[in-house]
Amino acid sequence: MEKFTYLRTNGVPLAVEDIDTDQIIPARFLKATTREGFGDNLFRDWRYNADNSLKQDFVLNNPTYSGKVLVAGRNFGCGSSREHAAWAIHDYGFKVVISSFFADIFKNNALNNGLLPLIVEENVLQQILQQIQSHPETELIVDLEQQLLEVPSIDILVKFDINPYKKTCLINGYDDIDYLLSIKEEIVKYETQRTTV
Amino acid sequence: MGKTLFDKVWDNHVVQSIPNGPQVVYIDKHFIHEVTTPQAFDGLRKRGIAVFRTENTVATVDHNIPTKDQHLPIKEALSRHQVETLIKNCHDFGIELYGLGHPSQGIVHVIGPQLGITQPGMTIVCGDSHTSTHGAFGAVAFGIGTSEVEQVLATQCILQTKPKKMRINVEGELSKGVVSKDIILYIISKISASGGTGYFVEFAGSAIRSLSMEARMSICNMSIEMGARGGLIAPDQTTYDYIKGRDFAPKGEDFDKAIQYWTSLCTDDDATFDLEYYYDAADIGPMVTYGTNPGMGIKIDDNIPDKEDAGLEKSLAYMNFQKGESLIGKPIDYVFLGSCTNSRIEDLRLFANLIKGRKKAENVTVWVVPGSKQVEDMAKREGIDKILEEAGIELRQSGCSACLGMNEDKIPAGKYCVSTSNRNFEGRQGPGARTILASPLTAAAVAITGKITDVRDFL
Ligand code: SF4
Repeated sequence: MEKFTYLRTNGVPLAVEDIDTDQIIPARFLKATTREGFGDNLFRDWRYNADNSLKQDFVLNNPTYSGKVLVAGRNFGCGSSREHAAWAIHDYGFKVVISSFFADIFKNNALNNGLLPLIVEENVLQQILQQIQSHPETELIVDLEQQLLEVPSIDILVKFDINPYKKTCLINGYDDIDYLLSIKEEIVKYETQRTTV
Repeated sequence: MGKTLFDKVWDNHVVQSIPNGPQVVYIDKHFIHEVTTPQAFDGLRKRGIAVFRTENTVATVDHNIPTKDQHLPIKEALSRHQVETLIKNCHDFGIELYGLGHPSQGIVHVIGPQLGITQPGMTIVCGDSHTSTHGAFGAVAFGIGTSEVEQVLATQCILQTKPKKMRINVEGELSKGVVSKDIILYIISKISASGGTGYFVEFAGSAIRSLSMEARMSICNMSIEMGARGGLIAPDQTTYDYIKGRDFAPKGEDFDKAIQYWTSLCTDDDATFDLEYYYDAADIGPMVTYGTNPGMGIKIDDNIPDKEDAGLEKSLAYMNFQKGESLIGKPIDYVFLGSCTNSRIEDLRLFANLIKGRKKAENVTVWVVPGSKQVEDMAKREGIDKILEEAGIELRQSGCSACLGMNEDKIPAGKYCVSTSNRNFEGRQGPGARTILASPLTAAAVAITGKITDVRDFL
């Protein structure tokens, strides 16, 4: 997994609530058998017309906005468990998604792929969204070590929550699977000692 | 303090608690399918490791397959490749596969219970959010991502933070024309599509207890649609009767012993929940959705809400519906009976009973897609295929079909589909498709009239 520690970048505003995983990556693009290349189809049906031409009014097609942070409305990533959604966002080039609320499975999937789901209060989210929409050059600073999100131009400096274990994994680029493999003996012990089923 | 059903099952599977971190949870059964596993097997290959407990993983193909002419090679190259990749992976790693043509093939959440693999007190995962379905048996069952699929294959464990606990009580008797799908659509319309996020939900109350196992599965299936990690229902006699005699069910003395344990799986009287809701079954009517998330549902004789709300407006623009209007009488192009929510034999019976002796409307295309090969065979033995045929409806072969726009069964752009599946997201049934979620009974009424219809008109 790619390490994540610190980021200073612009943000892309997507002020839509309840963005589900079928919007992030529609099912018909889940046919690949590798993890690469999903970024091309990120938000496919919002990004492209049926004839594959770009939809001019969609924010990812607007050259004014760029950066490695996606800022999205509440309940981001609801719907299916497809990890492809996290792969697509990461593959496209985002390292952080800021929202006021994430769906559970998406949050796990993101953290397992070096993508930071960063939760802020709804009013902070709205301030950031408005600021980026009107000033695309707005700088965002994400410091995972300190758990701080800073938007200097509007004096936002907030501490965000992250599970300490997950934080260590992200900073060091560790996968959960490395940890589980390291405790294999304990798993076998559990299997022999368990009482039921 | 007492424990909830969820606590009992979960705590029994904790191998280790990491200080300030998640818990290592042991997984009893792992279901896999073609879409969310290729990258996990690749990961094992890269690390040079085997599957840890091959006997605890079962594979099937469902998402990518056609529901007609399944004996022919899959036409679409990418779908075919994904299915072939699963066949190879199962072969290489020694996992049982119920592939196309196998008598046990079907949608992953239909075959687990049907084979008796799903049992009370188990932990069950699958790279698929509707794994919550298996919770109907009093199992802790939930969807996981592909990285987690790899973890389970490699170690039979995953790292999880224990969710919070919610109980939803539905008391009383259901009225005429109301079935379990309506209960869950009603609950989600009250709680919203995110109201359950962070929780594991126990469904309880006399209305839930009175349901058959298949009806309970439809409810647990859609717990994810309110954002919940999963849903579960305490096992009881209905559960034991359903499991008894199935292929993988414990036999003889083992079964009696299992029942003794299963009976202990209930929420203690003094256990507490982080959140509880109470609903009156009598207040629930046949439900339909009008928007683009499953929380946007109304009783069929209610009107679409009329309020200022950007999300509502965006949804209605996609659906081409107006605020404040009734949906009754809206012409419909497709009816889809299927998906892991409503493709079991009882769903097909409900649908066929209403259709019997009638014809489908000229303007609708109706797809009836059994959830498994066994359901298909049972439907044929019971003559359901004939009833459908006389109505101008074809019984197709088992798979996920039009539940998600991934295989050949897609709803064309702009068309309306009344669907017994679980998601009405934009483009879920195909780019531009407009989905209205409903029960199998309502779907049958719509198939007959070709427009949104209150099924009670037929009862
Ligand atoms: S039927 Fe639909 S919801 Fe169920 S597993 Fe298949 S695609 Fe997923």
